[in-house]
Parts: sequence; structure tokens; C-alpha cells
Amino acid sequence: MKHLLSTADLTRADAIRILDTAAQMAATQSREIKKLPTLRGRTVVNLFFEDSTRTRISFETAAKRLSADVINFSAKGSSVSKGESLKDTALTLQAMGADAVVIRHQASGAPHTLAHAGWVEAAVVNAGDGMHQHPTQALLDAFTMRRHLVGRGAAGSAVVGDPTGQDLAGLRVAVVGDVLHSRVARSNVHLLHTLGAQVTLVAPPTLVPVGVETWPCDVSYHLDEVLAETAPDAVMMLRVQRERMSGSGAGGGAFFPNPLEYTRNFGLDGRRLALLPDHTIVMHPGPMNRGLEISAEAADSPRAVIVEQVANGVAVRMAVLYLLLAGDASKERAGLE
Amino acid sequence: MSSGPAVPSSEPTVTPEDTSDGVTTVLGEAEIARALTRIAHEVVERNKGARDLVLLGIPTRGVPLAERLAERLATIEPGLVPADVVGELDVTMYRDDLHKHPVRTIGATRLPASGIDGKIVVLVDDVLFSGRTIRAALDAISDIGRPRAVQLAALVDRGHRELPIRPDYVGKNLPTSLSERVSVRLVETDGTPDGAAGSGQAVTDAVLISQRPTSTSSEGTR
Repeated sequence: MKHLLSTADLTRADAIRILDTAAQMAATQSREIKKLPTLRGRTVVNLFFEDSTRTRISFETAAKRLSADVINFSAKGSSVSKGESLKDTALTLQAMGADAVVIRHQASGAPHTLAHAGWVEAAVVNAGDGMHQHPTQALLDAFTMRRHLVGRGAAGSAVVGDPTGQDLAGLRVAVVGDVLHSRVARSNVHLLHTLGAQVTLVAPPTLVPVGVETWPCDVSYHLDEVLAETAPDAVMMLRVQRERMSGSGAGGGAFFPNPLEYTRNFGLDGRRLALLPDHTIVMHPGPMNRGLEISAEAADSPRAVIVEQVANGVAVRMAVLYLLLAGDASKERAGLE
Repeated sequence: MSSGPAVPSSEPTVTPEDTSDGVTTVLGEAEIARALTRIAHEVVERNKGARDLVLLGIPTRGVPLAERLAERLATIEPGLVPADVVGELDVTMYRDDLHKHPVRTIGATRLPASGIDGKIVVLVDDVLFSGRTIRAALDAISDIGRPRAVQLAALVDRGHRELPIRPDYVGKNLPTSLSERVSVRLVETDGTPDGAAGSGQAVTDAVLISQRPTSTSSEGTR
């Protein structure tokens, strides 16, 4: 593995390896001394062209816990606001000796360009590009699901306890909300499919992207039906991305008539929570619009694992940085890609 | 010793007397058992009992060795419960040669419930060679606690130390040349649980010496 650009590139073995490594990383994070010397002397650049708090902080924490040097670069207050191109920014980073570049960009495909244009030799990690992919988010979601749901016997196999080496075979996951604008949904559909889970996307027709029939998942327009009929093991609520809806007034662009109607049809509240099996976990990639796609009752319920997702994000990103940076890069490069 | 038909497998299984393909068995099952028993007695003698002892095995083969050592300690010191003193310590993330090899898989670190603070930690590894693994282990230990003392037990000391590290307990001193490779085979780690090779040949404990295939061996500091 040289870069992490899309979950569609990951094989089942790759994904399980990342999750297993993340499990070991998570174990080290309960120690008093959380810092490991593993990536001493390596430099990780966080290249953020789009606003982000938790993803950037999560990557920064992960890199620092592995003793890498971290350089934060945000488009605001940098040469980008003076009109510098991605290429020139990349060449600058290359000259500074970056070993890994974590990039978030508003344009889908920008990380792919950075990885393959030959501007930088660094490993490229996609931290969210446009409406395309957000692979580390999907990996942390899969990690969270595996931790809670695999090994408790729901998936048929009655192996209790350690989920190391296992995939998510047989789990049913409902991904609910603004699928159209969500790179989290795209990344999750591919990764969860690779790991053997069944994904059902639930959204109003206006928030389902064109071409969704080619994705390896089911699509429904009715949340209550899905919750009652498929009895999902995990329900993942997506944020309604109103900043991506043009004319984001009270009507949320023209995607749904008004927020109240959206909440009534697609929001997770106490009543819908009661429809779910006892073991079902509630997930949200954050930041949440409380009262819109998820009610406070659902967000704060004991089955919500939203805060744990954030903690798992650090472990998963440590694992990704470890797997990309720790080995002999020249041998890896010869072997892959 | 049942010497079944030659089985095509990645690792040639040899009977102790077999030296045909340059593999020599230096310690057999009985010798390994005797060495561990002796080490157990030495540990008890040196520490005047088994109080506050913690045995940390270094994966992969240090872990079953630590478990066997604990079982022997329990027979010498009846109050000791093996499960309460054995742990495993993965040192992958503390190695100084990570960038020279393809990415290594990180193993588990599992400490006894009592922790290691104030204890006497005995590190257990199969082969002591350059000493770099032990250096990494000492760093790992200092990140998870502060033991009263750290001691080192190795089944085989093959020499060629690159760091000022010496073992406290040695199963066998084995002077080797750098062109040789020392490997340890244990039933727990190298046995085939479901007879993967298809033959009924049982894997037995052994310490083997073979010639390194060519100059560039991707094996670690064995």
C-alpha cells in the first residue's frame, strides 16, 4: 500500500490488516504514555483546502502519537489564497521533504492527482475529496462496527470476543440521509461491501445520486420500512450538508420541502430507536445537526457510539500512517502499483 | 521419531538426525525442556523465590516459552499461578530497523492484571542475537511502567551482539557464524493444528541451524 485514496482500491485483506493494526494501536492509547517512537524523523503534512476540525485534529493526533513531525497547512492564510496551484503547493511540500501528505480538497480527485502526477514522492492519504471519498472515515466506521458487532454471534459465527482477523460478513447496515453529498456514504458502501456487510442506503429521492444502481448496495426511500424489515445491526446517520445545497435557506435548497418534513421522514428519534433490535448501534460521522437528522434522545442514547467513533478515528489513522510510512518505501513501491 | 515421507512444504520438516539439506538440529525436545527447567530454577534462585515476578514473552516464540517457564515456576513455587505472571510484549513499534524491511505486522501486548510497576520483569525470547530486539523491548517496557528490575532469559544465545546487552539466563550458548541462521521450532507456534500438510507427522520442539540462502535475507535479527 503506497497511498490511501479510495476504499474501492482496498482488498478485503488490506482492509482487515488496517483494522487489525488499528486494534493494536487502540490498545496502546489506553496507556499512561500514549506516544510511540515508531515514525520518529518522518514528516506528515496536513494539507487542508477545506474546513475540518475533527479530521485534521485526528490526523494530527495520530501522527504525533507515532512521533512523526506534523506540519499543518490550511488554505486560509496560505499562498493558496494568493492563487497558488495545487502543483506548486505540492512541489513546495516535496522540497521540504514530506513523507506523507494528508489532503482534504473540495475537488473530487485532487488526492488522486497529487498521488499520480509525479509532483511528490510522499505517500498520499485522502482525508476527503469533494463528493468522492473519505476512506479513513469508512475505516473507522468499520472498525467501530467490528468492535461492537462482530464476535457477539449476530453474524452467525459464535466466536465471542476478539474480532482480530475477521470481516463484517452478514452484518446489515443502514446508511440514512444526505447520500448525494456524502463522501462518507460512498466510502462506506465500498468498504462495507468488501468486508461482507449488506448496506441499505435510505434517503429522499432528491438526495440519492445518479448512478447509485451501480453501487453494491440497496436503496430505499422509506426509513421506517428499512428499520422494521431489515433489522439493521448498525444505523449510520449522515449529516445534511446544507453548505453544499445551493440556496441553503429554510428549504435546504430544493432538496426537501422543509427541515421539519425531512426530520419527520428521515430523522432518527426515540420512536424509531425503539423499532431497532437491542444490539443495534447508532453512528454518525459528525458534526451532527441535532434536531435535523438525529434527535438529542438518539444522539445521547447508550447505543450511540458517536464519541467512540472519534476515539477510534485516531487509532485507525495511526494504523494507516504506520502501514504507509513504517516500512521500506522503495520495496513497497516496486511491489505495488 | 517418525520420519514420514518427504512433505513439500515451505519449511522443510526434518528429523533430528537429518542433515541432508544443511539443517542441523542442535537442541531437541528433551534438551529444550531440560533447559527451561534449569532456567526456572535459576530464576527462583536469583530472585530468592518467585514473588513479584512477571514473565514477558516477546512474540512470536518468546510467548510460549514464557508460558512454559511459568508452568515450571509454579511447580517449584506452589503459590504461583502461571496465568497471573505471564504476559506478552510486542516490540514492533520500538524497532530501529522498521524502515529497512517491508511493513511488519504489529502483535499484541498483554500484561498480567497486576501490571509491571515495582515487579521483577523477566523478558523471554527464543534467540538472542544482535540485542536490538531487547533494546526495543526495554524501550517498550519503560513506556508501560516502571519495574523494579528487568532480567533477560533466552533459549539460545548465538552471539554477535551489537549492543551492550547480556542475558541473565541462557538455555544454550551457541557460537555461530553470521552466515548461519538459527531458528527455533515450537509446537505452539509451528505445529499444524489441523494437519495442514496432510501427513500425520507431528512437529516437535527443536533448535535448528541452517545456512543463510543468499546474502540478502529478509529475515529479521535472528
